[in-house]
Amino acid sequence: MSQGHFFLYLFTLTAFLSVMKMLFTRTILYAALSLIVCLISIAGIYALLYAEFLAITQIVIYAGGVLVLILFGIMLTNRISGKPLSLESNHLVVGLIVSVGIFFVLVTSYSKTSIKAFENIPPQGNHISEVGIQLMSTYVIPFEIAGVLLLVCLIGASLMASSFKKNDNV
Amino acid sequence: MSEQSLLFGLGAFLFCAGLFIVFTKKNAIMILLGIELMLNAANINLIVFNKLNPANYDGQFFALFVIVIAVCEAAVGIAIVLKAYHFYRTSVPDQISDLKEKN
Repeated sequence: MSQGHFFLYLFTLTAFLSVMKMLFTRTILYAALSLIVCLISIAGIYALLYAEFLAITQIVIYAGGVLVLILFGIMLTNRISGKPLSLESNHLVVGLIVSVGIFFVLVTSYSKTSIKAFENIPPQGNHISEVGIQLMSTYVIPFEIAGVLLLVCLIGASLMASSFKKNDNV
Repeated sequence: MSEQSLLFGLGAFLFCAGLFIVFTKKNAIMILLGIELMLNAANINLIVFNKLNPANYDGQFFALFVIVIAVCEAAVGIAIVLKAYHFYRTSVPDQISDLKEKN
């Protein structure tokens, strides 16, 4: 077993275990923290598949940005009532049937399809700078649209989350 | 088990775990966590399929834009949850039932 292979199995195992922890924990803060572990393991998988730019993006944006935002959300929605956030479940049977059913559909459809096996070799040349060049040439229109979308989201989210007194009775 | 089927299995498992969380958990923030998990499962599949054709980077760019959309969704979702919490004093969507028929 090669070294990269071993780390791939290790990251898959940590992602699996952290998601199981997320499913069965009773505290929402622990769920958010195990989601951080899962996202960092996925970043490791990206790095092992030679998608280094995406791995760094995953760590910076998800583990650094989104999860901190969600932790802020958890702490702010804990503030007024003072009682801990409820992490009860409902519709357990329906959720279990639907998700396990979709899992079996995905697994059987994958096992019935013949996809050629990839060989995990490093791409030719300097592929990270190639990603940057393509982002600014071939994919420049989606890039710009994503920038506009991020600006709209920033303005909209800060407008919604800011608590003006006159807006409170809307 | 080959690397490929391992990663496809991980993607399917993450997607179904996220779906299960969205279905069953009552808290709105937990639902947002489940949506993030489902988007990450899609990203894993995009990267693995990109390895089948390593000459171009379509899958990586698609995953990058999925991450951007996920960031926007999380920011707006948290803002809506906070606003609803200030108004209704709860972050459980089942308890926000103003439009429901009173009986």
